[in-house]
Amino acid sequence: MMLIFKLAWTQTLNLWRAGALRVLVFALVLAVAAITAVSFFTQRVESALNQQGGLLLGGDLAVMADHPIPQAFIKRAQTQGMTKIMTYEFASMAIHGELSQLAEIKAVEQGFPLRGDLTIGATIGEAGQTVKAAPQSGEAWLEPRLASLLDVKVGDEVEVGEHKLRVGAILLREPSRGGDMFSFAPRLMLNAADLPATKLIQYGSRVKYQLLLAAEPKKINDYFLQTKAELGRGESIEDVRNARPEIKSALDKARQFLGLSAMVSVILAMVAMLLSSLPYIKQSLDTFALMRCFGARQNTVLQVLALQTFLIAFFSALFGSVLGYLAQLGLAKLAGSLFVDALPPVSAAPILVGFAASIMMMIAVVIPHAWQMRNLTAINILRRETLAQPISTQAKFLPAALVMGAMIFWQAQDTKIAVYTMLAVVALCVVISAFAYGLVGSVQRLFSLTPQNKTLASINLGIQGLKRRAGLSTVQMIGFSMGLMVLMLLALIRGDLVHNWQASLPSDAPNRFVINIQPAQIAGITQFFSQQKIKDTAIFPMVRARLISKNGELIKAAQWEDERAKRLAEREFNLSWAATMQSDNRLQAGRWWTQQEHGKPYLSLEQGLAKTLSVQLGDKLVFDIAGNLTTLTVTSLRKVEWDTMRANFFAVTPPGLLEPYAANFISSFYLPVGADAPLNQLVKQYPNLTVIDVAALMQQVRGIMQKMSSAIAYVFAFSLIAGVAVLYAALVATREERIAEATLMRVFGASRWQASVAYTAEFACIGTIAALTATIAANFLAYYISANILNIPFQFNLTLAMSVMLMSAIVIPLAAWLGLREFLNIPPRQLLNSI
Amino acid sequence: MQQPPIIQAHDLYYEIFNHDNQLRILQGLNLSIATGEQVAIIGSSGSGKSTLLSLLAGLDIPTGGSVQIQGNVFSGLDEDGRATIRAKTMGFVFQSFQLLSSLTALENVMLPLQLKNHPNAKELSLEALNKVGLSQRLQHYPKQLSGGEQQRVALARAFATEPAILFADEPTGNLDNATGQMIIELLFKMNAEAGTTLVLVTHDIHLANRCQRQLNLVNGRLEEVASA
Repeated sequence: MMLIFKLAWTQTLNLWRAGALRVLVFALVLAVAAITAVSFFTQRVESALNQQGGLLLGGDLAVMADHPIPQAFIKRAQTQGMTKIMTYEFASMAIHGELSQLAEIKAVEQGFPLRGDLTIGATIGEAGQTVKAAPQSGEAWLEPRLASLLDVKVGDEVEVGEHKLRVGAILLREPSRGGDMFSFAPRLMLNAADLPATKLIQYGSRVKYQLLLAAEPKKINDYFLQTKAELGRGESIEDVRNARPEIKSALDKARQFLGLSAMVSVILAMVAMLLSSLPYIKQSLDTFALMRCFGARQNTVLQVLALQTFLIAFFSALFGSVLGYLAQLGLAKLAGSLFVDALPPVSAAPILVGFAASIMMMIAVVIPHAWQMRNLTAINILRRETLAQPISTQAKFLPAALVMGAMIFWQAQDTKIAVYTMLAVVALCVVISAFAYGLVGSVQRLFSLTPQNKTLASINLGIQGLKRRAGLSTVQMIGFSMGLMVLMLLALIRGDLVHNWQASLPSDAPNRFVINIQPAQIAGITQFFSQQKIKDTAIFPMVRARLISKNGELIKAAQWEDERAKRLAEREFNLSWAATMQSDNRLQAGRWWTQQEHGKPYLSLEQGLAKTLSVQLGDKLVFDIAGNLTTLTVTSLRKVEWDTMRANFFAVTPPGLLEPYAANFISSFYLPVGADAPLNQLVKQYPNLTVIDVAALMQQVRGIMQKMSSAIAYVFAFSLIAGVAVLYAALVATREERIAEATLMRVFGASRWQASVAYTAEFACIGTIAALTATIAANFLAYYISANILNIPFQFNLTLAMSVMLMSAIVIPLAAWLGLREFLNIPPRQLLNSI
Repeated sequence: MQQPPIIQAHDLYYEIFNHDNQLRILQGLNLSIATGEQVAIIGSSGSGKSTLLSLLAGLDIPTGGSVQIQGNVFSGLDEDGRATIRAKTMGFVFQSFQLLSSLTALENVMLPLQLKNHPNAKELSLEALNKVGLSQRLQHYPKQLSGGEQQRVALARAFATEPAILFADEPTGNLDNATGQMIIELLFKMNAEAGTTLVLVTHDIHLANRCQRQLNLVNGRLEEVASA
C-alpha cells in the first residue's frame, strides 16, 4: 500500500510539474470554490433569515389558536425540553381619565421575547433602548400613538378592563409586529400575570392565544412536523420561514440567482476539466504503459490511478474550499448589515459538499479511461491503440454528463430550472454541430468559386480543420459557447433583475398606510394631503365580505387541501371598487369594465387567489356583505405586483355597486423616514385613523436589493473566470496537435503567415459559431428565466449580442494565435524532435 | 557531364549547449551534392546525421558556415524564406512518419500540395497513393494503418509535390526488416522515376549501399566511403 501511495504521490507531483495537471486542477479548484462560496453564503443568509424570522415571531416557532392552546401541544414542548411562553392578544379599550382608545392588548409571560428584543423609552420622541424583557406585573408599555391618543406619559395610570396599570415605558419598537401590517389599533403590552385581574378574557372573547417556543433547529423541526399534523380548527403553526414574506420573496429571487450563477460556474468548470483532462490522461497513460512494461500488475496500475485521482480531488477540494471560504467573506461583506446583526458563522457542511463534488467530478473524468485501460495491454497503450471495440466518445463523456446533471439538479434545487438548463446544454450541442457542418460545406463551395490565392488556400485549410477534427472542434465550440452563453445570460438577467427590482420599488414608493378612513373624512384628508404637499395619495374603499358560494356550491374550508385556500375561504375579504385598473396591475385574462358597465355585478380577481380557490373566468361568486348576499361574476383576472408596496386588492368590483355598504377607506403615501410630524398632526385631527409605518421595512427591502445585486455581480465573477478557464482549456486541449500540424506545414514549406492564417481562420470560425449559438441560446434562456422564474419582462439586447459576436470572432483566434506564436519562431527541427 | 551541385555546404558548424557544456556536433563540414545524385549519410548513433539533414533542409540554422540549395544561400534567409525554398524544392520522409493523426491518408498527402495552393492537389495525391499501393486506404487515419502503410503514405506525400530533392531520415528505422525492404524498393523506384536528388540518412549499411555515394559522418566531418 505504501508503494502505491508513493507511486501515486510522485506521479501526481510529476504531472503537476510537467504542466499536464494545471488547467485541470485550476478548473476543479474553481468549481469547488464556486460551490462552497455560494453554499457558505446562502447558508449564512438562510440562518440569518431564520434568526430574523425568529425576531419577528418572538421565538423559533409559534402555535396560534382562537381558543386556549391544547394541553397536548404544551406538554409536548415541555417533554422535549423546549423553552416556552404564552402570549394573549385581543382588542380592548384602554382608558386614561376621560380619554379612551381601542388598543391591541398583548399580554406576555415573563421571558418574552424568546428571540430578539424590544425598544422602549421614557418619552415618545426618543431613540430608546433595546431590552430583552417584558413589562413587570402591574406595568403596561404603550405604543407612542396610543400614549399620544390617551395623553399619558411614563408613570401615569391606564385602565385595562377592571385593572389599573402603571405606564412603565413607551414601546417604541416591537419587531414581532412588523409583519402584521393591518393590525388596526395601537399596541398596549402587559404582563400575563395581570390578565386575570383585567377580567377581559371571558367565555366567547376573541383572543389570539399563542404558544411561543425556542429550541435548537432539530427539535423545532420535529415539533413543527408533529404538531402540524395534529392541528385542529382555528389552530395554526408558524415557523421562522414564513415570518416575513415580503423580504423572503426578494431574497428568494436573489438566492435563486446566486445558485444559478454558481451552477453555471460549475458547468463551465466541468467543461474546462473535461477539455484539460485530455493531456493529463495522455501523460498518465504513458506512465501506466511503462509501468505495465516494467511488470506492474493491472490492479497495481488501477490502484495508483485511483489514488492519484483521489489526491488530485482532495487537494483541489482543500484549496477550493479555502478559496470558497475567503470568497464568501467577500460576499458577506458585500451583503453587509443586510440583516439584523452580522451574519451567523459558517458551518462545515459546504466544505463536505465541496469535497464530495470534487471527488465525483474527478472520478467522472477518469473512470472511462480506467475502464478502457482494464483491457489494454502495455503495447496497446504505448502504440495508442484502442481496442477493437473501443468505448465510444459518448460513453467517454457519459459519467461526466451524469455528474454534471446531478450538479445542476443539486445547485438549481428546482426541477424545472435544472431540466431546462440540461435541455439547453443538449440543444447547444446540436445547434453547434449543425452550424459547424453547414459552415464547412459552404466555405468549401465558396472557395471552389474564388480565384486561386495562397492566403485563401490557407484559410480554406484552416476551416477544413473544423471537419478534420469534427469531434474535438465541436467540444471546443461547446466549451466556448457555454462560456459565452453563461456570461451573456448573466449579463442579460442580472441587468433585468436589478432594473426590475429598482423599478418595482422606486425611492418614493408608498411607505405609510392610513386605514380606517370614514367616508365623511375623505374630503378633509385629501385636503390635508394637498396642504402637506404629500403626492400620489389615492384613497381606496374597502368593504368587508365573506365568500359564501361558487357557481351555486357552498364554500367550505374543509374542501381544500391547501392551507392558504382554507384560510381564504374562512376569513373575510376586503372588496374594493375602482373605475380603472391600478397601474401596477396587469390583466391576465378577461377584460376590465367599461364606463357603461359601472354598477354591474362584475368582479376582477387577483390571479393567485383565483388559482388557489380554483375560480375561473365567468364563475359566479356569492358574497355575504353585511348580511346581504350579492352574486358577482368574475370578468377578469389580474396579476398584482405586491412588491410595489402600494395598496392592492384581491377582489375589485366596478363603481356603483358596493357604495351602499359601510365602507372603510385606505390610503398609502410616501414620507421620508423620520418625517413623522404630518402624521402626528393627522392622527390628532382624526383620532380614529390608524397609521401603519412600513418605512423601515421598505428601507430594508431596498437595502437587500442593492446589496444582493452586488453579491450577484460578485458570484458572476466566478462564472467569468470559469468561462475564461474553458476557453483556455479548449486551447490547451488541442495545442500539441496544432503545434505538430503547424510544424509539419512549415516543413513542407508553409510560411509563418500561412500557418498563422490557417490557424486563426479555424479559431475565428470556432469563435463565431460559438458566439452565434451562445447568443441564440442565452437569449432563449434569458427569456424563459425572466418570464417564468423571475417574473420580470425580457428585452433583447442587440448591442450585447453584436459585441459578443465581434469579440469572440477576434479575441478567440487572437488568443489561440498567441498560444501558438512562440512555436512559429522555433526551427521546425526542434519541434519535430519533440512531437 | 557532371551536373551542377544542387546542395552545397561550406564550413558548417553546429554546436549545442547543455548545462554549460558545449557540444560540437558539426565541425567545419563541407559537402556538395549534384542534381539527381543519390547520397547516403551514414554514421554511428549521435554522430549528427539527422542534424546535418535538418541543416541541409533548412529546418534548423547552423552555428557557422553556409548551406546553398540551387544556388540560394540559406544563411541569408529567414525562417519564411527557407520555408519558401522547402516548398519549392524539397520532400521529406521521416523515421517516425510524421503523419498528422487527425488527417486521413489522402488529406495527409494533400497537405503540402494545398499549402502550395496546387490546383490539382486531390488528383496528384490520389495518383501518389495509387503508386504506393494504398488506393484502397484513402480515408483511413494513421492509427488505422500499420507502420509500413504509414511510411507508404509518407512516401506518397513526399513524391506528390514532385520535389527536386528528397530528404529521408532513417526511413526504415521504425519498421521490421521485410517491411523496411519493401519501403526501400518503393523509395528507389519512385526516386528513379522522378529523377529526384536523394539525401538519405541511415545507419543501415545495406541501405546505404543502394545509393550512388556514401558519406560517413565522423567527428563532425564527412568522409567519402569507397563504393563496395
